[in-house]
Amino acid sequence: MALDEIYKEVILDHYKNPRNKREIPDAKLTCSKNNPLCGDEITVYVHADGGKVLDVSFVGQGCSISQSSASMMTESVSGKSVEEVGELSTSVRGMLSGEIEPDEDEFGELVALKGVVKYPIRVKCAVLAWDVLQEALAGEGAAAATSPH
Amino acid sequence: MAVTERRTAGLDVERVRADFPILSRTVGDRPLVYLDSAATSQKPRQVLDAERDFYERHNANVHRGIYLLSEEATELYEGARAKIAGFIGATDPDTVIFNRGTTESINAIAHGWGRKFLKEGDEILLTDMEHHSNIVPWQLAAKATGATLRYIPITDEGLLDLSELGSLLTEKTKVFAVTGGSNSLGTFPPVRQLADAAHAVGALLVVDGAQLVPHLPVDVAELDCDFLTISGHKMLGPTASGGFYAKRELLEEMDPFIGGGHMIHEVFHEYSTWNEVPGKFEGGTMNIAQEVGLAAAVDYLEDLGMENVRAHEVEIAGYALERLLGAGARIFGPTDTSIRGGAVSFWHKEVHPHDLATVLNEEGIAVRAGHHCNQLVMRRFGVPATTRASFYVYNTKHEVDALIEALGKAESIFG
Repeated sequence: MALDEIYKEVILDHYKNPRNKREIPDAKLTCSKNNPLCGDEITVYVHADGGKVLDVSFVGQGCSISQSSASMMTESVSGKSVEEVGELSTSVRGMLSGEIEPDEDEFGELVALKGVVKYPIRVKCAVLAWDVLQEALAGEGAAAATSPH
Repeated sequence: MAVTERRTAGLDVERVRADFPILSRTVGDRPLVYLDSAATSQKPRQVLDAERDFYERHNANVHRGIYLLSEEATELYEGARAKIAGFIGATDPDTVIFNRGTTESINAIAHGWGRKFLKEGDEILLTDMEHHSNIVPWQLAAKATGATLRYIPITDEGLLDLSELGSLLTEKTKVFAVTGGSNSLGTFPPVRQLADAAHAVGALLVVDGAQLVPHLPVDVAELDCDFLTISGHKMLGPTASGGFYAKRELLEEMDPFIGGGHMIHEVFHEYSTWNEVPGKFEGGTMNIAQEVGLAAAVDYLEDLGMENVRAHEVEIAGYALERLLGAGARIFGPTDTSIRGGAVSFWHKEVHPHDLATVLNEEGIAVRAGHHCNQLVMRRFGVPATTRASFYVYNTKHEVDALIEALGKAESIFG
Protein backbone atom coordinates (compact mmCIF):
# COMPACT_ATOMS: atom_id res chain seq x y z
CA MET A 1 0.00 0.00 0.00
CA ALA A 2 1.15 3.52 -0.78
CA LEU A 3 0.50 4.54 2.78
CA ASP A 4 2.88 1.92 4.10
CA GLU A 5 5.48 3.03 1.62
CA ILE A 6 5.26 6.69 2.42
CA TYR A 7 4.94 6.41 6.15
CA LYS A 8 7.33 3.65 6.77
CA GLU A 9 8.30 3.29 10.33
CA VAL A 10 11.57 5.02 9.55
CA ILE A 11 9.79 8.24 8.64
CA LEU A 12 7.57 8.18 11.70
CA ASP A 13 10.53 7.35 13.90
CA HIS A 14 12.51 10.33 12.60
CA TYR A 15 9.43 12.55 12.85
CA LYS A 16 8.67 11.62 16.43
CA ASN A 17 12.31 11.30 17.55
CA PRO A 18 14.22 13.70 15.34
CA ARG A 19 18.01 13.29 15.30
CA ASN A 20 20.31 16.28 15.66
CA LYS A 21 17.43 18.64 16.28
CA ARG A 22 19.35 21.38 18.07
CA GLU A 23 21.07 24.65 17.33
CA ILE A 24 24.80 24.92 16.90
CA PRO A 25 25.23 28.41 18.38
CA ASP A 26 28.68 29.10 16.93
CA ALA A 27 28.02 27.49 13.53
CA LYS A 28 29.59 29.55 10.77
CA LEU A 29 27.26 28.13 8.18
CA THR A 30 23.57 28.41 8.69
CA CYS A 31 20.54 28.95 6.54
CA SER A 32 16.77 29.08 6.99
CA LYS A 33 14.02 28.47 4.49
CA ASN A 34 10.34 27.96 4.60
CA ASN A 35 7.82 26.50 2.24
CA PRO A 36 4.89 28.92 2.38
CA LEU A 37 2.65 26.40 0.68
CA CYS A 38 2.36 24.39 3.85
CA GLY A 39 4.35 26.37 6.38
CA ASP A 40 7.26 23.98 6.72
CA GLU A 41 10.28 25.76 8.24
CA ILE A 42 13.80 24.46 8.53
CA THR A 43 17.01 26.03 9.75
CA VAL A 44 20.21 24.07 9.22
CA TYR A 45 23.46 24.60 11.14
CA VAL A 46 26.71 23.27 9.74
CA HIS A 47 30.10 23.05 11.34
CA ALA A 48 32.57 22.41 8.54
CA ASP A 49 36.31 22.49 8.32
CA GLY A 50 38.68 21.97 5.42
CA GLY A 51 35.86 21.23 3.02
CA LYS A 52 34.49 18.54 5.31
CA VAL A 53 31.14 18.54 7.08
CA LEU A 54 31.82 17.77 10.73
CA ASP A 55 28.50 18.41 12.40
CA VAL A 56 25.05 19.19 11.03
CA SER A 57 21.91 19.98 12.96
CA PHE A 58 18.49 21.46 12.29
CA VAL A 59 15.54 23.09 13.96
CA GLY A 60 12.15 23.59 12.42
CA GLN A 61 8.54 22.67 12.24
CA GLY A 62 6.24 21.16 9.70
CA CYS A 63 4.80 17.95 8.38
CA SER A 64 6.24 14.48 8.93
CA ILE A 65 7.91 14.44 5.52
CA SER A 66 9.78 17.73 5.89
CA GLN A 67 10.92 17.06 9.44
CA SER A 68 11.89 13.41 9.02
CA SER A 69 13.74 14.29 5.82
CA ALA A 70 15.75 16.91 7.73
CA SER A 71 16.48 14.46 10.52
CA MET A 72 17.66 11.76 8.12
CA MET A 73 19.71 14.28 6.19
CA THR A 74 21.69 15.35 9.24
CA GLU A 75 22.67 11.75 9.87
CA SER A 76 23.52 11.01 6.27
CA VAL A 77 25.88 13.93 5.61
CA SER A 78 28.00 14.06 8.77
CA GLY A 79 31.61 13.28 8.03
CA LYS A 80 31.24 13.70 4.27
CA SER A 81 33.12 16.21 2.16
CA VAL A 82 31.21 19.18 0.79
CA GLU A 83 31.58 17.61 -2.63
CA GLU A 84 30.15 14.28 -1.47
CA VAL A 85 27.25 16.04 0.19
CA GLY A 86 26.52 17.78 -3.12
CA GLU A 87 26.51 14.44 -4.92
CA LEU A 88 24.23 12.86 -2.33
CA SER A 89 21.92 15.85 -2.52
CA THR A 90 21.66 15.40 -6.28
CA SER A 91 20.94 11.69 -5.83
CA VAL A 92 18.23 12.35 -3.25
CA ARG A 93 16.56 14.83 -5.59
CA GLY A 94 16.78 12.24 -8.34
CA MET A 95 15.09 9.67 -6.13
CA LEU A 96 12.33 12.11 -5.13
CA SER A 97 11.64 13.03 -8.74
CA GLY A 98 11.52 9.36 -9.69
CA GLU A 99 14.55 9.55 -11.95
CA ILE A 100 16.85 7.43 -9.83
CA GLU A 101 16.08 4.04 -8.36
CA PRO A 102 17.81 4.36 -5.00
CA ASP A 103 20.62 2.05 -4.05
CA GLU A 104 20.14 1.20 -0.41
CA ASP A 105 23.87 1.11 0.28
CA GLU A 106 24.28 4.68 -0.86
CA PHE A 107 21.02 6.00 0.52
CA GLY A 108 20.64 4.16 3.81
CA GLU A 109 17.50 5.25 5.63
CA LEU A 110 16.87 7.98 3.07
CA VAL A 111 15.28 5.24 0.95
CA ALA A 112 12.27 5.53 3.22
CA LEU A 113 11.37 8.78 1.44
CA LYS A 114 11.10 7.06 -1.91
CA GLY A 115 7.31 6.75 -1.63
CA VAL A 116 6.99 10.54 -1.69
CA VAL A 117 7.49 10.42 -5.45
CA LYS A 118 3.82 9.45 -5.72
CA TYR A 119 2.81 12.75 -4.11
CA PRO A 120 4.41 15.45 -6.27
CA ILE A 121 3.17 18.28 -4.08
CA ARG A 122 4.95 16.75 -1.11
CA VAL A 123 8.28 16.39 -2.88
CA LYS A 124 8.82 20.04 -1.93
CA CYS A 125 8.46 19.07 1.74
CA ALA A 126 11.08 16.35 1.40
CA VAL A 127 13.52 18.50 -0.57
CA LEU A 128 13.32 21.56 1.71
CA ALA A 129 16.04 20.41 4.14
CA TRP A 130 18.39 19.63 1.26
CA ASP A 131 17.77 23.05 -0.27
CA VAL A 132 18.63 24.69 3.03
CA LEU A 133 21.77 22.61 3.48
CA GLN A 134 22.93 23.31 -0.04
CA GLU A 135 22.54 27.03 0.45
CA ALA A 136 24.31 26.89 3.81
CA LEU A 137 27.18 25.06 2.18
CA ALA A 138 27.36 27.37 -0.82
CA GLY A 139 29.74 29.67 1.05
CA GLU A 140 31.92 26.78 2.15
CA GLY A 141 31.88 25.26 -1.34
CA ALA A 142 33.02 28.53 -2.85
CA ALA A 143 35.69 28.92 -0.18
CA ALA A 144 36.93 25.38 -0.79
CA ALA A 145 37.00 25.93 -4.54
CA THR A 146 39.09 29.06 -4.27
CA SER A 147 41.33 28.09 -1.38
CA PRO A 148 44.93 27.53 -2.51
CA HIS A 149 45.97 23.94 -1.91
CA MET B 1 -30.65 2.70 -6.47
CA ALA B 2 -30.43 2.63 -2.71
CA VAL B 3 -31.62 5.91 -1.34
CA THR B 4 -29.70 6.28 1.85
CA GLU B 5 -29.70 10.01 2.32
CA ARG B 6 -32.67 11.80 3.78
CA ARG B 7 -34.03 14.59 1.62
CA THR B 8 -33.02 17.98 2.93
CA ALA B 9 -35.53 20.71 2.37
CA GLY B 10 -36.35 19.80 -1.18
CA LEU B 11 -32.87 18.80 -2.35
CA ASP B 12 -32.64 15.11 -3.23
CA VAL B 13 -28.93 14.47 -2.81
CA GLU B 14 -28.89 11.02 -4.35
CA ARG B 15 -30.60 12.36 -7.44
CA VAL B 16 -28.14 15.23 -7.61
CA ARG B 17 -25.21 12.84 -7.25
CA ALA B 18 -26.46 10.77 -10.18
CA ASP B 19 -25.94 13.83 -12.39
CA PHE B 20 -22.22 14.04 -11.62
CA PRO B 21 -20.29 11.36 -13.55
CA ILE B 22 -17.09 11.88 -11.57
CA LEU B 23 -18.76 10.96 -8.28
CA SER B 24 -19.02 7.35 -9.38
CA ARG B 25 -15.27 6.91 -9.76
CA THR B 26 -12.99 5.36 -7.21
CA VAL B 27 -9.68 6.38 -5.66
CA GLY B 28 -7.72 3.17 -5.35
CA ASP B 29 -10.44 0.80 -4.15
CA ARG B 30 -12.40 3.51 -2.33
CA PRO B 31 -15.30 5.55 -3.60
CA LEU B 32 -14.33 9.17 -4.18
CA VAL B 33 -15.36 11.48 -1.33
CA TYR B 34 -14.92 14.94 -2.80
CA LEU B 35 -14.67 17.58 -0.10
CA ASP B 36 -12.86 20.33 -1.99
CA SER B 37 -15.64 22.25 -3.71
CA ALA B 38 -14.35 25.56 -2.35
CA ALA B 39 -11.36 25.02 -4.64
CA THR B 40 -13.47 23.92 -7.57
CA SER B 41 -16.83 22.24 -7.86
CA GLN B 42 -17.58 19.11 -9.83
CA LYS B 43 -19.66 19.41 -13.00
CA PRO B 44 -23.02 17.82 -13.74
CA ARG B 45 -23.68 16.04 -17.02
CA GLN B 46 -25.94 18.93 -18.07
CA VAL B 47 -22.97 21.33 -18.06
CA LEU B 48 -20.69 18.87 -19.85
CA ASP B 49 -23.40 18.28 -22.45
CA ALA B 50 -23.93 22.00 -23.02
CA GLU B 51 -20.24 22.53 -23.69
CA ARG B 52 -20.04 19.49 -25.97
CA ASP B 53 -23.19 20.50 -27.81
CA PHE B 54 -21.75 23.94 -28.42
CA TYR B 55 -18.61 22.49 -29.99
CA GLU B 56 -20.47 19.80 -31.92
CA ARG B 57 -23.20 21.97 -33.36
CA HIS B 58 -22.59 25.70 -33.03
CA ASN B 59 -18.88 26.38 -32.73
CA ALA B 60 -17.78 29.63 -34.37
CA ASN B 61 -16.31 32.88 -33.17
CA VAL B 62 -18.85 35.33 -31.82
CA HIS B 63 -19.70 38.87 -32.94
CA ARG B 64 -17.80 38.58 -36.21
CA GLY B 65 -19.03 36.13 -38.81
CA ILE B 66 -21.86 36.93 -41.14
CA TYR B 67 -23.01 33.36 -41.28
CA LEU B 68 -25.39 31.09 -39.40
CA LEU B 69 -22.96 29.34 -37.05
CA SER B 70 -21.49 32.62 -35.84
CA GLU B 71 -24.96 33.99 -35.26
CA GLU B 72 -25.91 30.89 -33.27
CA ALA B 73 -22.71 31.05 -31.25
CA THR B 74 -23.30 34.74 -30.55
CA GLU B 75 -26.85 34.03 -29.49
CA LEU B 76 -25.72 31.31 -27.08
CA TYR B 77 -22.92 33.48 -25.69
CA GLU B 78 -25.14 36.52 -25.19
CA GLY B 79 -27.89 34.24 -23.90
CA ALA B 80 -25.44 33.03 -21.26
CA ARG B 81 -24.79 36.63 -20.28
CA ALA B 82 -28.50 37.30 -19.83
CA LYS B 83 -28.90 34.06 -17.85
CA ILE B 84 -26.05 34.86 -15.47
CA ALA B 85 -27.19 38.46 -15.08
CA GLY B 86 -30.63 37.21 -14.11
CA PHE B 87 -29.12 34.77 -11.62
CA ILE B 88 -27.52 37.62 -9.66
CA GLY B 89 -30.39 40.05 -10.06
CA ALA B 90 -28.72 42.35 -12.60
CA THR B 91 -31.48 43.86 -14.74
CA ASP B 92 -29.14 44.88 -17.57
CA PRO B 93 -27.31 41.84 -19.05
CA ASP B 94 -24.56 44.09 -20.41
CA THR B 95 -23.43 44.86 -16.86
CA VAL B 96 -22.05 41.31 -16.68
CA ILE B 97 -18.53 41.09 -18.10
CA PHE B 98 -17.17 37.70 -19.06
CA ASN B 99 -13.65 36.53 -18.29
CA ARG B 100 -11.85 33.66 -16.57
CA GLY B 101 -13.38 34.33 -13.17
CA THR B 102 -12.64 36.06 -9.93
CA THR B 103 -8.90 36.53 -10.15
CA GLU B 104 -9.07 38.07 -13.60
CA SER B 105 -12.07 40.14 -12.54
CA ILE B 106 -10.39 41.72 -9.53
CA ASN B 107 -7.35 42.45 -11.64
CA ALA B 108 -9.60 44.06 -14.25
CA ILE B 109 -11.25 46.21 -11.57
CA ALA B 110 -8.06 47.14 -9.71
CA HIS B 111 -6.42 47.97 -13.02
CA GLY B 112 -9.25 49.47 -15.02
CA TRP B 113 -10.88 51.42 -12.21
CA GLY B 114 -8.16 51.52 -9.55
CA ARG B 115 -5.24 52.73 -11.64
CA LYS B 116 -7.41 55.26 -13.41
CA PHE B 117 -9.02 56.87 -10.39
CA LEU B 118 -6.82 56.22 -7.34
CA LYS B 119 -4.18 58.75 -6.40
CA GLU B 120 -1.75 59.48 -3.61
CA GLY B 121 -3.48 59.97 -0.28
CA ASP B 122 -6.40 57.74 -1.25
CA GLU B 123 -7.02 54.58 0.72
CA ILE B 124 -8.00 51.08 -0.36
CA LEU B 125 -9.73 49.16 2.40
CA LEU B 126 -9.38 45.37 2.46
CA THR B 127 -9.81 42.78 5.19
CA ASP B 128 -7.49 40.21 6.73
CA MET B 129 -9.96 37.60 5.48
CA GLU B 130 -9.30 38.19 1.81
CA HIS B 131 -8.10 35.58 -0.64
CA HIS B 132 -4.76 36.58 -2.17
CA SER B 133 -6.64 37.38 -5.37
CA ASN B 134 -8.39 40.20 -3.53
CA ILE B 135 -5.14 41.52 -2.04
CA VAL B 136 -2.40 41.32 -4.63
CA PRO B 137 -4.19 43.21 -7.45
CA TRP B 138 -4.84 46.05 -4.97
CA GLN B 139 -1.22 46.03 -3.85
CA LEU B 140 -0.23 46.45 -7.49
CA ALA B 141 -2.74 49.28 -7.92
CA ALA B 142 -1.53 50.93 -4.70
CA LYS B 143 2.06 50.76 -5.89
CA ALA B 144 1.15 52.25 -9.25
CA THR B 145 -0.93 55.11 -7.83
CA GLY B 146 0.55 55.88 -4.40
CA ALA B 147 -2.68 54.91 -2.66
CA THR B 148 -2.48 53.26 0.77
CA LEU B 149 -3.80 49.85 1.84
CA ARG B 150 -5.70 49.35 5.07
CA TYR B 151 -7.13 46.18 6.55
CA ILE B 152 -10.07 45.25 8.75
CA PRO B 153 -8.92 42.66 11.32
CA ILE B 154 -10.58 39.36 12.23
CA THR B 155 -12.08 38.45 15.60
CA ASP B 156 -11.14 35.28 17.48
CA GLU B 157 -14.41 33.79 16.31
CA GLY B 158 -13.43 34.35 12.69
CA LEU B 159 -15.70 37.30 11.90
CA LEU B 160 -14.70 40.70 10.56
CA ASP B 161 -13.92 42.94 13.52
CA LEU B 162 -16.03 45.96 12.64
CA SER B 163 -15.49 47.72 15.97
CA GLU B 164 -12.97 50.14 14.42
CA LEU B 165 -14.73 50.41 11.07
CA GLY B 166 -15.29 54.13 11.60
CA SER B 167 -11.56 54.81 11.70
CA LEU B 168 -10.70 52.45 8.85
CA LEU B 169 -13.44 53.41 6.44
CA THR B 170 -13.19 57.18 6.04
CA GLU B 171 -13.46 59.94 3.47
CA LYS B 172 -10.01 58.89 2.30
CA THR B 173 -11.31 55.43 1.38
CA LYS B 174 -12.06 55.30 -2.33
CA VAL B 175 -12.63 51.59 -2.65
CA PHE B 176 -13.47 48.85 -0.16
CA ALA B 177 -12.93 45.30 -1.41
CA VAL B 178 -14.33 42.50 0.72
CA THR B 179 -15.03 38.82 0.36
CA GLY B 180 -18.64 37.73 0.13
CA GLY B 181 -17.63 34.45 1.80
CA SER B 182 -14.31 33.42 3.29
CA ASN B 183 -12.80 30.42 1.54
CA SER B 184 -10.93 29.30 4.65
CA LEU B 185 -13.08 30.43 7.59
CA GLY B 186 -16.44 30.00 5.89
CA THR B 187 -17.62 33.37 7.22
CA PHE B 188 -20.23 35.38 5.30
CA PRO B 189 -19.53 39.08 6.05
CA PRO B 190 -22.57 41.38 6.17
CA VAL B 191 -22.23 42.69 2.62
CA ARG B 192 -25.22 45.03 2.57
CA GLN B 193 -24.16 46.68 5.84
CA LEU B 194 -20.65 47.14 4.40
CA ALA B 195 -22.04 48.55 1.15
CA ASP B 196 -24.04 51.15 3.09
CA ALA B 197 -21.01 52.04 5.20
CA ALA B 198 -18.82 52.38 2.11
CA HIS B 199 -21.34 54.50 0.26
CA ALA B 200 -21.78 56.73 3.29
CA VAL B 201 -18.17 57.90 2.87
CA GLY B 202 -18.29 57.92 -0.93
CA ALA B 203 -16.34 54.69 -1.42
CA LEU B 204 -17.14 51.88 -3.85
CA LEU B 205 -17.75 48.35 -2.61
CA VAL B 206 -16.14 45.47 -4.50
CA VAL B 207 -17.44 42.05 -3.44
CA ASP B 208 -15.37 38.95 -4.14
CA GLY B 209 -18.24 36.63 -4.92
CA ALA B 210 -16.22 33.45 -5.49
CA GLN B 211 -17.61 31.80 -2.34
CA LEU B 212 -20.88 33.71 -2.28
CA VAL B 213 -22.61 33.37 -5.66
CA PRO B 214 -22.42 29.54 -5.75
CA HIS B 215 -23.95 29.15 -2.30
CA LEU B 216 -26.57 31.81 -1.55
CA PRO B 217 -29.37 33.50 -3.44
CA VAL B 218 -27.71 36.73 -4.61
CA ASP B 219 -29.32 39.96 -5.76
CA VAL B 220 -26.93 42.77 -6.63
CA ALA B 221 -29.69 45.36 -6.15
CA GLU B 222 -30.32 44.12 -2.62
CA LEU B 223 -26.61 43.94 -1.83
CA ASP B 224 -26.10 47.35 -3.46
CA CYS B 225 -22.52 46.37 -4.29
CA ASP B 226 -20.70 48.28 -7.02
CA PHE B 227 -18.76 45.27 -8.29
CA LEU B 228 -19.40 41.56 -7.76
CA THR B 229 -17.07 38.89 -9.09
CA ILE B 230 -18.32 35.50 -10.25
CA SER B 231 -16.29 32.32 -10.32
CA GLY B 232 -18.07 29.95 -12.70
CA HIS B 233 -16.01 26.86 -11.93
CA LYS B 234 -17.00 27.02 -8.26
CA MET B 235 -20.71 26.91 -9.16
CA LEU B 236 -20.80 23.74 -11.29
CA GLY B 237 -19.58 25.57 -14.41
CA PRO B 238 -16.47 24.97 -16.52
CA THR B 239 -13.07 26.29 -15.50
CA ALA B 240 -12.29 29.75 -16.89
CA SER B 241 -15.95 30.79 -16.86
CA GLY B 242 -17.60 33.63 -14.97
CA GLY B 243 -16.60 37.26 -14.79
CA PHE B 244 -17.95 40.23 -12.92
CA TYR B 245 -20.93 42.49 -12.51
CA ALA B 246 -20.55 46.26 -12.15
CA LYS B 247 -22.88 49.20 -12.09
CA ARG B 248 -23.10 50.50 -15.64
CA GLU B 249 -21.71 53.96 -14.97
CA LEU B 250 -18.56 52.39 -13.54
CA LEU B 251 -18.12 50.22 -16.61
CA GLU B 252 -18.51 53.31 -18.76
CA GLU B 253 -15.93 55.37 -16.91
CA MET B 254 -13.25 52.77 -16.15
CA ASP B 255 -10.50 51.65 -18.51
CA PRO B 256 -10.40 48.31 -20.29
CA PHE B 257 -8.01 45.69 -18.93
CA ILE B 258 -7.19 43.53 -21.93
CA GLY B 259 -6.48 45.29 -25.21
CA GLY B 260 -7.03 43.54 -28.52
CA GLY B 261 -9.66 42.60 -31.07
CA HIS B 262 -13.35 43.32 -30.50
CA MET B 263 -12.76 45.63 -27.52
CA ILE B 264 -12.14 48.61 -29.80
CA HIS B 265 -14.41 50.94 -31.72
CA GLU B 266 -11.73 52.50 -33.92
CA VAL B 267 -7.96 52.07 -34.03
CA PHE B 268 -5.61 54.88 -35.09
CA HIS B 269 -1.83 55.08 -35.08
CA GLU B 270 -1.57 56.72 -31.68
CA TYR B 271 -4.73 55.74 -29.90
CA SER B 272 -7.94 53.76 -30.05
CA THR B 273 -11.49 54.26 -28.95
CA TRP B 274 -13.38 51.60 -27.06
CA ASN B 275 -16.22 49.34 -27.95
CA GLU B 276 -19.43 49.72 -26.00
CA VAL B 277 -19.90 47.90 -22.69
CA PRO B 278 -19.53 44.91 -22.35
CA GLY B 279 -17.40 44.48 -25.51
CA LYS B 280 -14.90 47.04 -24.16
CA PHE B 281 -13.82 44.44 -21.59
CA GLU B 282 -13.80 41.38 -23.82
CA GLY B 283 -10.72 41.66 -26.02
CA GLY B 284 -9.70 38.65 -28.07
CA THR B 285 -11.56 35.40 -28.58
CA MET B 286 -13.45 34.75 -25.39
CA ASN B 287 -14.24 31.62 -23.34
CA ILE B 288 -17.38 31.09 -25.37
CA ALA B 289 -18.09 27.40 -24.74
CA GLN B 290 -17.27 27.87 -21.05
CA GLU B 291 -19.78 30.66 -20.56
CA VAL B 292 -22.37 28.60 -22.43
CA GLY B 293 -21.55 25.76 -20.02
CA LEU B 294 -21.91 28.15 -17.09
CA ALA B 295 -25.39 29.09 -18.31
CA ALA B 296 -26.28 25.39 -18.07
CA ALA B 297 -24.86 25.35 -14.52
CA VAL B 298 -27.09 28.32 -13.64
CA ASP B 299 -30.08 26.42 -15.05
CA TYR B 300 -29.10 23.46 -12.90
CA LEU B 301 -28.78 25.55 -9.73
CA GLU B 302 -32.06 27.35 -10.46
CA ASP B 303 -33.79 23.99 -10.88
CA LEU B 304 -32.48 22.92 -7.50
CA GLY B 305 -33.43 26.30 -6.04
CA MET B 306 -30.77 28.41 -4.34
CA GLU B 307 -32.75 28.34 -1.09
CA ASN B 308 -32.50 24.56 -1.18
CA VAL B 309 -28.80 24.71 -2.01
CA ARG B 310 -28.29 26.94 1.00
CA ALA B 311 -30.43 24.75 3.29
CA HIS B 312 -28.48 21.67 2.26
CA GLU B 313 -25.14 23.32 2.96
CA VAL B 314 -26.32 24.56 6.33
CA GLU B 315 -27.27 21.03 7.24
CA ILE B 316 -24.06 19.39 6.00
CA ALA B 317 -21.75 22.08 7.40
CA GLY B 318 -23.59 21.98 10.73
CA TYR B 319 -23.19 18.23 10.90
CA ALA B 320 -19.51 18.42 9.94
CA LEU B 321 -18.81 21.09 12.56
CA GLU B 322 -20.54 19.04 15.24
CA ARG B 323 -18.65 15.86 14.35
CA LEU B 324 -15.28 17.59 14.00
CA LEU B 325 -15.65 19.31 17.35
CA GLY B 326 -16.75 16.01 18.85
CA ALA B 327 -13.61 14.36 17.48
CA GLY B 328 -11.46 17.02 19.16
CA ALA B 329 -10.55 19.12 16.13
CA ARG B 330 -9.91 22.86 16.41
CA ILE B 331 -12.23 24.78 14.10
CA PHE B 332 -11.15 28.06 12.45
CA GLY B 333 -14.11 30.30 11.76
CA PRO B 334 -17.60 30.64 13.17
CA THR B 335 -19.58 27.56 14.20
CA ASP B 336 -22.93 29.31 13.81
CA THR B 337 -24.20 28.03 10.45
CA SER B 338 -26.46 31.04 9.98
CA ILE B 339 -23.42 33.23 9.26
CA ARG B 340 -21.14 30.79 7.50
CA GLY B 341 -20.95 28.60 4.43
CA GLY B 342 -19.75 25.09 3.69
CA ALA B 343 -15.98 25.61 3.87
CA VAL B 344 -14.77 24.18 7.18
CA SER B 345 -11.13 24.65 8.20
CA PHE B 346 -9.70 22.69 11.07
CA TRP B 347 -6.59 21.34 12.73
CA HIS B 348 -6.83 17.85 14.15
CA LYS B 349 -4.79 17.25 17.29
CA GLU B 350 -1.09 16.74 16.53
CA VAL B 351 -1.51 15.80 12.88
CA HIS B 352 -0.05 18.27 10.39
CA PRO B 353 -2.59 19.12 7.64
CA HIS B 354 -0.32 17.74 4.91
CA ASP B 355 0.01 14.44 6.70
CA LEU B 356 -3.71 14.36 7.35
CA ALA B 357 -4.57 15.07 3.71
CA THR B 358 -2.29 12.26 2.59
CA VAL B 359 -3.93 9.78 4.97
CA LEU B 360 -7.38 10.97 3.88
CA ASN B 361 -6.39 10.48 0.25
CA GLU B 362 -5.68 6.84 1.03
CA GLU B 363 -9.32 6.62 2.10
CA GLY B 364 -10.49 8.24 -1.14
CA ILE B 365 -11.20 11.55 0.58
CA ALA B 366 -10.15 14.73 -1.22
CA VAL B 367 -9.61 17.70 1.11
CA ARG B 368 -7.33 20.70 0.85
CA ALA B 369 -4.37 21.21 3.17
CA GLY B 370 -2.37 24.41 3.15
CA HIS B 371 -2.91 28.13 3.52
CA HIS B 372 -5.79 28.25 1.00
CA CYS B 373 -4.40 31.50 -0.47
CA ASN B 374 -5.22 33.03 2.92
CA GLN B 375 -1.83 33.70 4.44
CA LEU B 376 -3.17 36.66 6.43
CA VAL B 377 -5.77 34.39 8.02
CA MET B 378 -3.18 31.71 8.83
CA ARG B 379 -0.96 34.32 10.45
CA ARG B 380 -3.92 35.73 12.39
CA PHE B 381 -4.59 32.33 13.94
CA GLY B 382 -0.93 31.39 14.33
CA VAL B 383 -0.97 28.28 12.17
CA PRO B 384 1.08 27.50 9.06
CA ALA B 385 -1.80 25.70 7.39
CA THR B 386 -5.17 24.11 8.02
CA THR B 387 -7.07 21.19 6.60
CA ARG B 388 -10.23 22.29 4.85
CA ALA B 389 -13.26 20.22 4.01
CA SER B 390 -15.76 22.10 1.86
CA PHE B 391 -19.23 20.97 0.92
CA TYR B 392 -21.65 21.52 -1.92
CA VAL B 393 -24.91 20.24 -3.34
CA TYR B 394 -23.69 16.66 -3.85
CA ASN B 395 -22.14 16.00 -0.44
CA THR B 396 -23.77 13.72 2.10
CA LYS B 397 -23.57 13.12 5.83
CA HIS B 398 -22.09 9.71 5.04
CA GLU B 399 -19.16 11.53 3.52
CA VAL B 400 -18.75 13.55 6.71
CA ASP B 401 -18.79 10.26 8.63
CA ALA B 402 -16.07 8.89 6.31
CA LEU B 403 -13.98 11.99 7.04
CA ILE B 404 -14.35 11.58 10.80
CA GLU B 405 -13.47 7.89 10.62
CA ALA B 406 -10.35 8.66 8.62
CA LEU B 407 -9.31 11.26 11.20
CA GLY B 408 -9.13 8.41 13.67
CA LYS B 409 -6.76 6.54 11.36
CA ALA B 410 -4.51 9.56 11.00
CA GLU B 411 -4.47 9.94 14.76
CA SER B 412 -3.40 6.34 15.26
CA ILE B 413 -0.51 6.80 12.82
CA PHE B 414 0.75 10.15 14.05
CA GLY B 415 -0.52 10.25 17.62
